[in-house]
Amino acid sequence: MDVLALLADGFATSLSPVNLMIVIIGVTAGLFIGAMPGLGSVNGVAIVLPLTFIVPPSSAIILLAAIYYGAMYGGAVSSVLLGIPGASTAVATTFDGRPMAQQGKAGLALIAAAVASFVGGTISVVLFTLFAAPLADLALAFGPAEEFALVLLAFTTFVGLGGDDILKTIVMICLGLVLSTVGLDLISGQPRLIFGDMPGFYSGISFLVLAIGVYGVGEVLHTIETSKSAPAVTPARLTFRELADGLRRMNRLWKTMSIGSFLGFFVGMLPAAGATPASLMAYGIAKTTSREPESFGKGNIEGVAAPETANNAASTGSLLPMLTLGIPGSPTTALLLGGMVMWGLVPGPMLFIEQPDFVWGLISSLYTANFAAVAINLALIPLFVWALRMPFTVLCAMVLVLCIVGGFAPSQKMHDVWLIAGFGIAGYLLRKADYPLAPLVLALVLGPLMEKSFRQTLIAEQGDMMAFVERPLSATFIAIAVLFFLLPLIKVWRARSGKAAISPAE
Amino acid sequence: MINIFTRRSAMALAASAAIAVTAGAPVAAADWKPQKPVEMVIMAGQGGGADRLARLFQSIIQKENLSSMPILPVNKGGGSGAEALRYLKDNEGDAHKIMATLNSYYTTPLRTDIGVDITEYTPIARMALDTFVLWVNADSDIQTLDDWVAAVRASGGEWKMGGTGTGQEDSLLTAMLEEEFDLDITYVPFKGGGDVAKNLVGGHIDSTVNNPSEQMGFYNAGKSRPIVAFTPERIAAFPDTPTAGEEGHDIVYWMQRSFVGPKDMPAEAVAYYTAMFEALSETEEWKTYTEEKALMADFLTGDALQAYFLEERAKHADILQIMDEGSS
Repeated sequence: MDVLALLADGFATSLSPVNLMIVIIGVTAGLFIGAMPGLGSVNGVAIVLPLTFIVPPSSAIILLAAIYYGAMYGGAVSSVLLGIPGASTAVATTFDGRPMAQQGKAGLALIAAAVASFVGGTISVVLFTLFAAPLADLALAFGPAEEFALVLLAFTTFVGLGGDDILKTIVMICLGLVLSTVGLDLISGQPRLIFGDMPGFYSGISFLVLAIGVYGVGEVLHTIETSKSAPAVTPARLTFRELADGLRRMNRLWKTMSIGSFLGFFVGMLPAAGATPASLMAYGIAKTTSREPESFGKGNIEGVAAPETANNAASTGSLLPMLTLGIPGSPTTALLLGGMVMWGLVPGPMLFIEQPDFVWGLISSLYTANFAAVAINLALIPLFVWALRMPFTVLCAMVLVLCIVGGFAPSQKMHDVWLIAGFGIAGYLLRKADYPLAPLVLALVLGPLMEKSFRQTLIAEQGDMMAFVERPLSATFIAIAVLFFLLPLIKVWRARSGKAAISPAE
Repeated sequence: MINIFTRRSAMALAASAAIAVTAGAPVAAADWKPQKPVEMVIMAGQGGGADRLARLFQSIIQKENLSSMPILPVNKGGGSGAEALRYLKDNEGDAHKIMATLNSYYTTPLRTDIGVDITEYTPIARMALDTFVLWVNADSDIQTLDDWVAAVRASGGEWKMGGTGTGQEDSLLTAMLEEEFDLDITYVPFKGGGDVAKNLVGGHIDSTVNNPSEQMGFYNAGKSRPIVAFTPERIAAFPDTPTAGEEGHDIVYWMQRSFVGPKDMPAEAVAYYTAMFEALSETEEWKTYTEEKALMADFLTGDALQAYFLEERAKHADILQIMDEGSS
């Protein structure tokens, strides 16, 4: 029970000069890795893993955790500056981060992202410290039915957010779901929608390919058209006064950030859910509870803070099932798990009892990594913003190169590069027709999860659909989901009847 | 400056190579060495037995410096490993891709036409045979195989057995149990053995036939209970758990843990990897792990391994046929 004493022991390890240096190196490397579209924490951790065998396990895990954290902070950088989410967790950050950059407020958006990430990370580490052991049982209570209900809830939050045109949002979700079924069926192993027999489609369409296509290439095409020769991105400058001012403005976002932290931590903790639904739900809640919801999507700083708090909180939360149950919640935690097995540590219910030094060293290093990440990130913001001052003609070409390299690198298939080109053109056309792109991309991420858990539940319950509403946890999620779905419909209906009353001639 | 630098690093490389040789690291017949990181494709999702083992291999290789280049594990578990099989086929002749296999190496191409012929792949090394155990939640009243059979029968076809996909090892073993005891079981597929183990402990399914390594953490915490082992002898780690044979039902089933390369992998590369895995099979870490996790280390390479693959494929074809007859 003496959590504080254990934590103090942990700090004794993580605050040693060597480990502090490791944290700083790890965070800086992670920040740059995360900021590159196509590279993420997975690549960073994979490359560094072998190096960790030359240092003691506690230093090794600190290094890996620092890279993991740095990359989570860095993910927001490309979302804001280029409008390309480097990972699915950063999609929601583009909603308001990108418009802010276009208004010349890239610096402010990045400050918001860094501070929000810090708050989210810190609050969730505190929750982790206090409740890690009892919360593991909650994660166990999550079966396929609950998983399905949670993903459904994530979907409805963004039907709700689409706001402007619900019909178009639903069309894009459906299109995303169709794309998500391409590839081999999880349950039967049969190939689906492979366009005859194109081997490239066997592994499905990856999130990165679609996101780089519609956001990266699509955005470049769109900007070329709208800007003609004038630069579309207002050259941004950032002075120290603005930095200080930005930090002061974050003070007003306490409510948003606290909701995001708690939500992120709990959703991230559930195996299979993770940071993407968490960041979406946080955005949805911030928008619904805001006094000026119409300003969301047009560069509201709260729209950056909410998802960034939640995704960082979730990345801490996802360490919980890995340590307590031995189940990795994400590819990166799977790598961490591999490292732990090698160091002779067995993740699972006994880890906290048998290896307290290691566990508390790791937890305390999350605190230090968080502090290091926010400091280094804030220090580097002027550099990132400076990159935006490049002439549009140069930036445009660089973004295209990044898109192609980022799309090719993970799978090393030309097939993906062609897909990116195709999605780029499609994304450009959809944008012209005013279709929202985020629901498309997110449906591709969440679709497989939803389909899998839906079918597992039905198989287990002999096809009984009542299974979803008979279980208390999943019934609660479904009830909230229905509410979220109806909310915008009610709003639309009200607005319509209001309009009709004013101008009956229409 | 640059000149000095490269010369220095060349010397350092030579020195480290010399150390590696004297330390008894594998020296391949030819001078071939991987030129870039080697991709280790895993035929299963994250967190399961196959995944953990592959990552353990990777870690030992890195720690003991058995490979000159890093090994990067990649999970391609979709469609009972069809994703991985297809990926290997699309990378014919590639010297930098190896695949960690399970028994789905035979069963997936037998069940689904994915245009893959496993005889075309290049066998590298078989590291071990893994064992299977029937598990229930520790809160359950079931203590023996007979209890389990009675409980399944009483459920009237609604007994939920978790597994990693129709056609996977655990589904075959489930089918063998159905056949032996004339039962009707609902088989629920999950993404990996780790997921299956967690769902058993969480009470979402009624029993599993996990590998010991997948349940070990929960078993040590007193959350799951082994009922019978599907091995010829009792497993050292579970001395009190009888074998199915002791209970009068001769069901024995193994999971092979091997590595293969794509079709037409250069012979020098095959030699390199074979030597790498041989050195791996002799490390202390591997020996300790096999003992702790109840694995049978049984090293096999080359033509003997290919012959083993063919024999096992024929066996699995028979089991699959029984399954099909049972379901239709």
